[in-house]
Amino acid sequence: MSAHTDVQHGHDDEHDHDDGASHATLRGYLTGFVLAAILTIIPFWLVMSGGFEKSSTTAIVVLAFATVQIVVHVIYFLHMDTKSQGGWNMLALIFTLVLVVITLSGSIWIMYHLNHNMMPSMMQDPRNLP
Amino acid sequence: MSKSPDLTTLIFGRLTWDAIPLHVPILLWTFIAVMLGAVAVLGALTYFRLWGYLWREWFTSIDHKKIGIMYIVLGLVMLLRGFADAIMMRLQQAISFGHSVGYLPPEHYDQIFTAHGVIMILFVAMPLVTGIMNYVVPLQIGARDVAFPFLNNFSFWMTTAGALLVMMSLFVGEFARTGWLAYPPLSGIAQSPDVGVDYYIWALQIAGVGTLLSGINLLVTIVKMRAPGMRLMKMPMFVWTALCTNVLIVAAFPVLTAVLALLALDRYVGTNFFTTVLGGNAMMYVNLIWIWGHPEVYILILPAFGIFSEVVPTFSRKRLFGYASMVYASVVITVLAYLVWLHHFFTMGSGASVNSFFGITTMIISIPTGAKLFNWLFTMYRGRITFEVPMLWTIAFMVTFTLGGMTGVMLAVPPADFALHNSLFLVAHFHNVIIGGVLFGLFAGINFWFPKAFGFRLDPFWGKCSFWFWVTGFYFAFMPLYVLGMMGVTRRLSHFDDPSLQIWFQIAAFGAVLIALGILCMLIQFYVSFRRREALRDHTGDPWDARTLEWSTSSPPPVYNFAFTPQIHDTDAWWQMKQHNYRRPVDGFLAIHMPKNTGAGIILAGISMVFGFAMIWHMWLLVALSFLALLVVAIGHTFNYERDYYIPADEVTRVEALRTEQLASHV
Amino acid sequence: MSDTSLAMTGDAGAPEELRFYVAEEHHPENGTLLGFWLYLMSDCLIFACLFAAYGVLGRSYAGGPTGAEVLELPAVAVNTSLLLLSSITYGFAMLEMQRNRQRGTLIWLAVTGLLGAGFIGLELREFAHLIALGDGPQRSAFLSSFFTLVGTHGLHVTFGIVWLVTLMVQIRKKGLISANKRRLMCLSMFWHFLDVVWIGVFSFVYLMGVLP
Repeated sequence: MSAHTDVQHGHDDEHDHDDGASHATLRGYLTGFVLAAILTIIPFWLVMSGGFEKSSTTAIVVLAFATVQIVVHVIYFLHMDTKSQGGWNMLALIFTLVLVVITLSGSIWIMYHLNHNMMPSMMQDPRNLP
Repeated sequence: MSKSPDLTTLIFGRLTWDAIPLHVPILLWTFIAVMLGAVAVLGALTYFRLWGYLWREWFTSIDHKKIGIMYIVLGLVMLLRGFADAIMMRLQQAISFGHSVGYLPPEHYDQIFTAHGVIMILFVAMPLVTGIMNYVVPLQIGARDVAFPFLNNFSFWMTTAGALLVMMSLFVGEFARTGWLAYPPLSGIAQSPDVGVDYYIWALQIAGVGTLLSGINLLVTIVKMRAPGMRLMKMPMFVWTALCTNVLIVAAFPVLTAVLALLALDRYVGTNFFTTVLGGNAMMYVNLIWIWGHPEVYILILPAFGIFSEVVPTFSRKRLFGYASMVYASVVITVLAYLVWLHHFFTMGSGASVNSFFGITTMIISIPTGAKLFNWLFTMYRGRITFEVPMLWTIAFMVTFTLGGMTGVMLAVPPADFALHNSLFLVAHFHNVIIGGVLFGLFAGINFWFPKAFGFRLDPFWGKCSFWFWVTGFYFAFMPLYVLGMMGVTRRLSHFDDPSLQIWFQIAAFGAVLIALGILCMLIQFYVSFRRREALRDHTGDPWDARTLEWSTSSPPPVYNFAFTPQIHDTDAWWQMKQHNYRRPVDGFLAIHMPKNTGAGIILAGISMVFGFAMIWHMWLLVALSFLALLVVAIGHTFNYERDYYIPADEVTRVEALRTEQLASHV
Repeated sequence: MSDTSLAMTGDAGAPEELRFYVAEEHHPENGTLLGFWLYLMSDCLIFACLFAAYGVLGRSYAGGPTGAEVLELPAVAVNTSLLLLSSITYGFAMLEMQRNRQRGTLIWLAVTGLLGAGFIGLELREFAHLIALGDGPQRSAFLSSFFTLVGTHGLHVTFGIVWLVTLMVQIRKKGLISANKRRLMCLSMFWHFLDVVWIGVFSFVYLMGVLP
């Protein structure tokens, strides 16, 4: 570390210091923007033009595009890589994503089974749910 | 005065004189006693001119050591309140049989068990855990403060604001009557139209902000501020468990915030998340709140494990057995904590596939926990054990916690859970692990680190009295509940018809009295130790001949903790320094960069409390004003760029010279 | 059994000289960016809960309108492009900041703020329209979870705009000092993070919500 690195305690001073954040480039932002635009337009077009025959297929395709677009944003806009903050950013992100998946899929799985077991008659047509 | 009702409602919301329980004698007398106590304390503070001192040196302090101590004081004060609730319930259940209805009306009893649960978990265990982490972690990693000292102060005051809201509900309005997790539809607006649940929501939301920020703070501290040479696998075990705990805090508390916000929307806006009409689903609340609730119990127990991992090697005069396996066990517990939440509601009807998945994950958690227990046992094996008070608590923990863990595995079996769910067996189980695990650990920690914080040891005689009363009291109080639970007695009842059960409740009440004596002895212990402080003085900074870095500095440590940042070569850094006949540097000191105190934390938290109070009572004008004030003060604070100062080298030299003198005169 | 570390040093005879302190001034790394990232991760979990609530309750129409009936995709497409544009304009502000050009930074920040305000305006218009039709958050669990999820995101954007304005004032006052640069980086993460959440919202709520 150079002689005047940043002060401790996260406090402010005049020394310039690279906090470990990667430097952005115009090229990176533009690439991200173009990719994001494409990845947004396709699912919108797909759904607005009626989508596939089975709506579950459409849903999977939409989710797939969303996942890819999220990755694009994380790489090109949030400048995430394995080196930023000594890898801790990436570790935190992966851990969070795992928890997001657990929370989402776990809740949906549990609640689906609950509804299935506890009010089967209403499961026939969701519009009838109380 | 035709226009006044509107204005009155705008200003006072639904707060009227009826909300002050002047007609309930028991509350009135408590209120009078509390007020007299408060007047006495405030009067004494004014008389001795301590306000300025408190404000400058404590309330606005960003020193992690002082904040840690304030957290612990908060936790101990709230322990008295939470225990008062407990002994009232024990007494009620011991006498309320057959024709006798006891002395607590049901609606009051319901508030007491709710308040007891909320206070004990969120305002006793959490502040004590956070306080000890705050005090110890920076010292153990050789840092001078935490990563964000201002946020640390703010977090503490937010927690206190939440605690104050709960206390306020005693005398202004009422508290929730829903149980500590406030399940809807009971906690919905239709069933609980009064302010009780609102107190619950806002107290938890405000304290939750504090907890989350302190979690982020300690995480960054551990990641970024370790002394040079302290690689991850050289961190003291307590730092590892603190790391895991704070990961859990940062990942679990947002879920609590979200689910309470949804409940609040149901109550304030009329949405239909958890209602029984228009598509709402109350089970979704139970599902979400346990996604927070289960990690929460590991948030409490992991630091306790860390404390034991410091205490056992110190008093066995041996290196911790199986350091790496301890680390992996903690990490595995951290991850598994998110995969078991459904075991809190097996009976809700998710069916065999879901229940078996969560039953199995729950049982798997006992493996890393068991590994930890064996590690402590092997550390003790053939060690030179000294039975100081912290070690006594540790041994009591090992026995008690193992029992509680085994009943936990019983509850993890879904078919068994169908029989035991919501019974006193469950109540006995979680008290078994929380008292026998968390609380014993915290008491071990307080006895262990007290000399570091105050410069004198705690009196061992009264410590041992407290220990024996607590432990025997615990067994008397909770073993009968296992029996009752096996017989099918459900929890949260204020009256029983079957007289044959009474004897068990009377034994439990006797146990509660023993625990009360244990708490009394602890208070006496603090008092006696303070009186005998010269005899108990720790001049060396290392009263236990301990192993980690915090014992290398003086007791109490100077503001800057370490005159020079330590260089680490080994897990038991201080032990290694002692082995190498380490000589303290006595000259060449440099100026030290430190953060400045600030009043912004306490002011922001105060405004937040006013905001919460206004929301509870629907005082919309005050809501708007306090929200605006919050915004203005918070933004104003960001315009302050001058947040630190240098302690001049002369001052450091002077402090270190005093220490040299002290060491020389007592070796 | 003797203590292991004791044995270790004992065997070595004269233990090697180890230095146990750093004699020069030691400054740990700044933790602000990591801390803020951790905050964002926690925020991400708040959104996860709201998504879970929508996932579970999003088809509980209770006899009220369905997603296909109330969600207007063209308006959402406009909104999405506003937010996406604001992301790249914030990127331009960061590039100007890296070159220490205060004026350019401020201009791009202002553009970003305006785009964000446009996004909020459109969203409020959608909300007002639904409420006027009687399809407010009280109508059904579907609408409750819809309003809460989309509204929470909107609230975040609003706070982002307040922060952005504050930061513009601070940059004008103090210039592009390192403290302000760090704050700009934090806001950058915040802003792009909201964009990421919005991807989830438009895919999971709007696009999948209108499917039969």
